[in-house]
Amino acid sequence: MPVKPVLLLTDLFLFALFAAGLVYLRHVSRTPQLLANWRLALQRPAAGVAAVILGFFLLVALADSLHFRRSGPPHPASGAPTWSVETRSVLDAVLEPVASRQERSYSRPLAWLGFRKETFERDGRPVRDFPRLKFGGAHLSDPQSQWAGDAALRAAAGFLYAALGFALLALAVVAGLARSAGEPLGAALARAARGGTRYPVRAMLLTAGLLLLAIGVIASLSTGYHVLGTDRVGASVLVAAVKSVRTALVIGALTTLVVLPLAVALGVTAGYFRGWIDEAIQYLYTLLASIPDVLLIAAAVLLLQVKIDANPALFETALERADARLFFLCLILGITSFTGLCRLVRGETMKLRELEYIQAAHAFGVRAVAILARHILPNVAPIVLISTVMQFSGFVLAEAVLSYVGVGVDPKTASFGVMINTARLELAATPVIWWTLAAAFVFMFLIVLSANLFADAVRDAFDPRARLRS
Amino acid sequence: MFAFLARRIAYGLLVLAGINLVTFLLFFEVNSPDDMARLQLGGKRVTAQAIEKWKAERGYDRPSFYNERASGLGKITDTMFFDSSVRMFAFDFGRADSGRDIAGEIERRALPSLALALPVFVVGLGLSITIALGLAFFRGTYLDFWGVVVLVVMMSVSALFFIVAGQFVLARVLQLVPISGFEGGADTWRFLLLPVAISVVARLGPEARFYRTLFLEEISKDYVRTARSKGLSDPAVLFGHVLRNALIPILSNSVAFIPLLFMGSLITESFFSIPGLGNYLIEAIGSQDFAIVRAMVFVGSVLYIIGLILTDISYSWADPRIRLQ
Repeated sequence: MPVKPVLLLTDLFLFALFAAGLVYLRHVSRTPQLLANWRLALQRPAAGVAAVILGFFLLVALADSLHFRRSGPPHPASGAPTWSVETRSVLDAVLEPVASRQERSYSRPLAWLGFRKETFERDGRPVRDFPRLKFGGAHLSDPQSQWAGDAALRAAAGFLYAALGFALLALAVVAGLARSAGEPLGAALARAARGGTRYPVRAMLLTAGLLLLAIGVIASLSTGYHVLGTDRVGASVLVAAVKSVRTALVIGALTTLVVLPLAVALGVTAGYFRGWIDEAIQYLYTLLASIPDVLLIAAAVLLLQVKIDANPALFETALERADARLFFLCLILGITSFTGLCRLVRGETMKLRELEYIQAAHAFGVRAVAILARHILPNVAPIVLISTVMQFSGFVLAEAVLSYVGVGVDPKTASFGVMINTARLELAATPVIWWTLAAAFVFMFLIVLSANLFADAVRDAFDPRARLRS
Repeated sequence: MFAFLARRIAYGLLVLAGINLVTFLLFFEVNSPDDMARLQLGGKRVTAQAIEKWKAERGYDRPSFYNERASGLGKITDTMFFDSSVRMFAFDFGRADSGRDIAGEIERRALPSLALALPVFVVGLGLSITIALGLAFFRGTYLDFWGVVVLVVMMSVSALFFIVAGQFVLARVLQLVPISGFEGGADTWRFLLLPVAISVVARLGPEARFYRTLFLEEISKDYVRTARSKGLSDPAVLFGHVLRNALIPILSNSVAFIPLLFMGSLITESFFSIPGLGNYLIEAIGSQDFAIVRAMVFVGSVLYIIGLILTDISYSWADPRIRLQ
């Protein structure tokens, strides 16, 4: 079936950021000091583990950013091809088998019965009982006795596949180790198992193994059940949680993309040129910092909502509209949070410009732009990097809070904030509906914790003061 | 001192004027009063007359900055900008869409906000400093290591989760305290206990960890080595010297937030239905009442600027080497 690729606004920037990351990697590999610092950061087991988990979530987010529209039946009059109004992503296509099996309402994780009693006909008589689910455990003829065995069998099959995958992965990594060190395979394996490698290969492999295991078991169980249950309209909670990953990473990454150029450009200019430029920039960031963040974001998002409502023709599909709101949220979140980094960069630049080698460059008549590019920027880069990675997890957490206040992402966008918000009402129900909250919590916790651990390692490696301390 | 204060206050007023202009442009220029009227009156099938009436009731039918039809000083004062912005400096915010006086509402709601935010601030600060100092005292041991691990785990959990889970476990399952609500008088503490406890726990992770870093930085300084080499015991150095010196940055960082305590906490207030300013704002956002949002932006900014000035004063108070000039 022919498809038409769609590039949403956030997709564009996410891929641009990814490309910029690759360019930075190349730059690192050619700069010995940077390379040494990054090696130092990645030698920490915690950083290695965090990198594996973040890498997995990044893959999910990228797969969810490749959007396309399927073709519909050709136009009856002209015969021109038509395109489905629904924009889907590669991840949607992967999750389709689970996402398409919608129940009628809530169901517990791995359940075969509905969550609430309903009135329906059984053997020609109306009864009030828990109904069988349309999909979860529908293949069982006598679920009471078969359920446990069937679930265990499916989990075991998933486990086996995952173990096989892990064995292949471990073999490939150990073979790579053996080749680079020029030793036999057995010796490399023993070295990795002992933890004698330069990078924490053992910890990273174990993490990857656990991830594979989780994916294998969940995927295998998903062939017969809703592993994390279903929500109010009967949609799979697992799908909602996986789809939320992209929103979280987009918020973290795009906001950084807004903060970085703004903070660095303004901070360096203010710190280097001083005088009225400095005054003006200081006035600007004092002004922005004075407005409480949530208020500024609320005001801006309210305005956007009014604009979108006033011009419904601006966007072709509902997804594009939601995406524009997400993009705008990143933009405004970035504008409210660049002031801290800007102040930091300005202070650092003021310190640097008094140093003798920069005074010398100035005296030799080197142009200001050249001094900034050659001497100032490389020297403020470490604090910029540190503060960037430290801010990332904050943005992910902020999204949840903003969505709760009602000024976050579009309510139809899958996001952890929206999930937690619905879970709040579900917890008040009897019996308690806990699985939405649990799913959002586990996914969000994994992302934020690994981002925090990774940021810590980067800070310790790049900040000479931190290196002295530990 | 006096000259310093006068200059800072003048700068603060300048910033406030800028904020006013920005919010005015945001609310009235980017987004015309027609849009607002349509949003409030609902939908697209609103007659032009209804919109005009809505605008006239609020004085939004006047020109933005300069009124040609008025005479004398009225050319400036009889405009939307003057009417809705300059009056704010006298804390006159006009009326909300529901017809209530905004300034009176803010006054009434500031106290419940403070009743929640002040205990959170004091207990949270004290607890964070105590834990950080304890970890710094046992630095390099297993206690320190696992303490930091717990703090990192805590800072990776969304505050929303702490609230939702805390409310569920303590109020619903164990039924120790009321789930939500607020009441003046002697029983207030029963309603405040849960939100305060949860807010303190939610901010413990990042704060205690940050303070621990500050303490460790202080410990590596020369005067600590001198104090030790003259024979002082470890606790004496830690509590007598390190604590006092590290308190300077901690306190001056916190002073800026004291005025903002009046604004309360958005999320906590809304979850526990405490009738404070945070709750007010969330309601305003929900009902898209721009007058309230704009008034709250102004109040928040005023409090923030007061906080900045207090910070400068506290610097000179905490560190005699700093002179205000």
